[in-house]
Amino acid sequence: MNSVKSNSTREPLVHLSKRVEISPVKAWLIRIAAFIVGMIVCGLVAIALTEKLQQNPEKIADFYNCFIRGSFSTTRKLWKYLRSTAILLCISLALTPAFRMRFWNIGAEGQTLVGVLSAIAVDFYLGGKIPEWALLLLMLFAGLICGAVWGLIPALFKAKWNTNETLFTLMLNYVATYLVTWCIIKWVPNGSMSLGKLKTGKLPAVVNDYLLIILVAVTLTVGLYIYLNYSKHGYEISVVGESENTARYVGISVKKVIIRTMILSGALCGLAGFLIASGLDQSVTTESVGGQGFTAIMVSWLAKFDPIAMVLTSALVSMLNQGAAQISQDFGISGALPDVVVGIILFFIIASEFFINYEIRFRKTDRNVKEVKA
Amino acid sequence: MEKTVALQMRGITKKFGHVTANHNVDLDVYQGEILAILGENGCGKTTLMNMIAGIYFPDEGKIIMNGEEVVIRSPKDAFDHRIGMIHQHFKLVDLFTAAENIVLGVREDDGYDLKNVNNRVSVIAEKYGFNIDPKKKVYDMSVSEKQTVEIIKVLYRGADILILDEPTAVLTPQEIEKLFNVLRRMKADGKSIIIITHKLNEVLEVSDRVAILRKGEHIATVNTGETNEGVLTEMMVGKKVSLNIDRTVPVDPCPRLEVKNLNCVNEEGVKVLKNVSFTANGGEILGIAGIAGSGQRELLEAISGLQVLENGEIIFHNPKKDKPVTFFHKSMKKVIELGKQGAFHDTKGNPVSFDGMHTSRIRKFVESGEVLFNDDETVSLRDKTPLQIRELGVRLSFVPEDRLGMGLVGSMGITDNMMLRSYRKGPAGFLDRKKPKALADEIISSLEVVTPGTNTPVRRLSGGNVQKVLVGREIAFTPKVLMAAYPVRGLDINSSYTIYHLLNKQKENGVAVIFVGEDLDVLLELCDRILVMNSGAVTGIVDARTATKEEIGLLMTKTDLNGKEKAE
Repeated sequence: MNSVKSNSTREPLVHLSKRVEISPVKAWLIRIAAFIVGMIVCGLVAIALTEKLQQNPEKIADFYNCFIRGSFSTTRKLWKYLRSTAILLCISLALTPAFRMRFWNIGAEGQTLVGVLSAIAVDFYLGGKIPEWALLLLMLFAGLICGAVWGLIPALFKAKWNTNETLFTLMLNYVATYLVTWCIIKWVPNGSMSLGKLKTGKLPAVVNDYLLIILVAVTLTVGLYIYLNYSKHGYEISVVGESENTARYVGISVKKVIIRTMILSGALCGLAGFLIASGLDQSVTTESVGGQGFTAIMVSWLAKFDPIAMVLTSALVSMLNQGAAQISQDFGISGALPDVVVGIILFFIIASEFFINYEIRFRKTDRNVKEVKA
Repeated sequence: MEKTVALQMRGITKKFGHVTANHNVDLDVYQGEILAILGENGCGKTTLMNMIAGIYFPDEGKIIMNGEEVVIRSPKDAFDHRIGMIHQHFKLVDLFTAAENIVLGVREDDGYDLKNVNNRVSVIAEKYGFNIDPKKKVYDMSVSEKQTVEIIKVLYRGADILILDEPTAVLTPQEIEKLFNVLRRMKADGKSIIIITHKLNEVLEVSDRVAILRKGEHIATVNTGETNEGVLTEMMVGKKVSLNIDRTVPVDPCPRLEVKNLNCVNEEGVKVLKNVSFTANGGEILGIAGIAGSGQRELLEAISGLQVLENGEIIFHNPKKDKPVTFFHKSMKKVIELGKQGAFHDTKGNPVSFDGMHTSRIRKFVESGEVLFNDDETVSLRDKTPLQIRELGVRLSFVPEDRLGMGLVGSMGITDNMMLRSYRKGPAGFLDRKKPKALADEIISSLEVVTPGTNTPVRRLSGGNVQKVLVGREIAFTPKVLMAAYPVRGLDINSSYTIYHLLNKQKENGVAVIFVGEDLDVLLELCDRILVMNSGAVTGIVDARTATKEEIGLLMTKTDLNGKEKAE
């Protein structure tokens, strides 16, 4: 309790106390406040680091405007924004069953990447040789299966030898990355290390190139919401996540649930990989997933593992990313600054959870009664 | 004789969130007395003492020593004021010796000299009559020895005010007597002893004065010599409570659960059950007594299929004689197999073997209810998972010690917790919440569970209500065997009696009840027979109507029996 030391024999200066409950309004006010403070700090950092802003401080408005323009200034940008949100949402949703089970799968990057890789492998070898619809179907299956396998490996080790899933899934990300490198070297003999866009295996346009992916994400959100909250599997996941002892007590096989859930989690990552492969790139690089597998961890976490809330958190994070791209374009800054900006804002949003869970109380001179939780 | 005030508390208030743990408490502690702080679980006894010991800081009010207000912000501040607390859960380093633990954190002026420490520890031990080997490692010690180390640790730091939080909870009657003698000697030496307890007989035995707390408020402080159990209980609970448990004579008890030579090793390779054998009868409450950690938990877990057995048998007797066979718990295949073995007869007493019968005819025959068992069924529960036990049709209910960590899911509401046992039923794939919701409503109304709703996480309920939910669910499945581990731990008096009443009712319904308890008085009042365990072995089974506390206390520490002797 006593977080600040002083030599005087007086009441400690600062009390940290855990809140019992907080009204949703107050919680959202704290989050919004954190977002605003984060934005202000971003602006200050941007001014400190960019000459253009130092010379024309009034351009700071443009700077902030980028976050809007990045996603909403043209119809094309809006669609692109929605699509990137959809992909990020898919990966976040994929992680959620595992997280609900307290299985800290931080291998979404790798699981998605093997999904991309396997779909492209099918495309590379079979493209043009079989009908396009069959090719797409095969690509989908390849993605699902390979993603599932990538999820299954750590689950098996966890179930059998209780290995640490965090380290295991993390390491598998690197294995996936190098697997991609190896395949590209094999497929592109000229040493350019770039596969180039394949002519086949492109997701068919529904209205436009974006809508189908968005529809998949929406379906997945609803499906996963039902699965987690109304199915027996979802119930078992919650029980195992809360307490393995309770699960054993009622006869739920913890191993079975871990393995089944990680197959699902990996397969959904593989699905996202298939969407990236056929809907975006028709190619594969080590950067095909581009860190979204890690971003998704945060998206899922911020939404407290609720698929519906995840729509909002992925939309927010995606908007920040698009804004960062816009900043780098408008201000001619290449490199890290936009990422720094996004990082700062996310840091503030995540840190706000601390103030939602805890209350900080300063020493009172009049010793009025206030609520404290130890 | 005029007594000197050692410490005064004035207007102490402490709140945790919306909960007021202590409200405006005034309390005096004198030199050379034993003061008992009496109150129900959750009435704020420990919180109040933690504020003197520097664990919590009061929101309001002051602590006065020698006429001056003192500020105690940390355990170190408390020691500077010569106050030491022995917590309910010991805070010792297992790998260190007694002396190393005692000296830990003390700044010695003449450097760290373990020999010197050993000597000083021995002097303190001799002075107050402790038995202690300063060089013994903590992991080799019994609970009572660990407590001794904790007390000496506090004395070593020169404490004049000693606070002991529930010091007798884990001790045998003999060890309690020893502890009380030590406390009396410390009192004679002029020290102030505060013991936190909810056990009335101990209060009356050892204390000079009793301070009663109820719902965080100080009700009264009385001289022990001028009061009695009834008055104290009334002050503690706030109304008159009858402290009687109706114990009926078992109605034709028959063996229901038979445990033979059970041996069990835990994950660390330590033998936790040694040759345990006993029989639990239907219509009877079998109590299990023993020092905490003597294998009680492992025994119940082994029976319910949660422990891997080395060897031994667990046999469940299903009273099926002359009762119809159903497909509820038996598959067609199993029924035919049993028929071939000659396990059935029809209503006229002729054997039924299903010879040459088509399955559809067998089905009809069985469903007509005219196929009856010849004998009671015996089911071996050995090496079965909880799910398999359930699928065998063995109605075994288990109220585990760890309510929120094993029996219930803390973050789920009552409805979802009702489903834990039954969620597999119903249409494939999806959950049916209708029946669990109905059960939840029923339990809430029949057991008077206080909760905002059926979806409020059970973690937010009070201990008594959590336990009602758990026991209510386990009873709802009309068990044949009901096992309960420490079902009243942490409960207030009224909730405790609700639970005793429920267990008694199950007994009257012919259920074999196994009750693991820690309060010997309650065990002696509630149970029909009491099995006593020590270090994983059964040291005796006694008749609860004739046994004494001392007798059980001796069995709790008895060794070299190999768990084979029975005193029926």
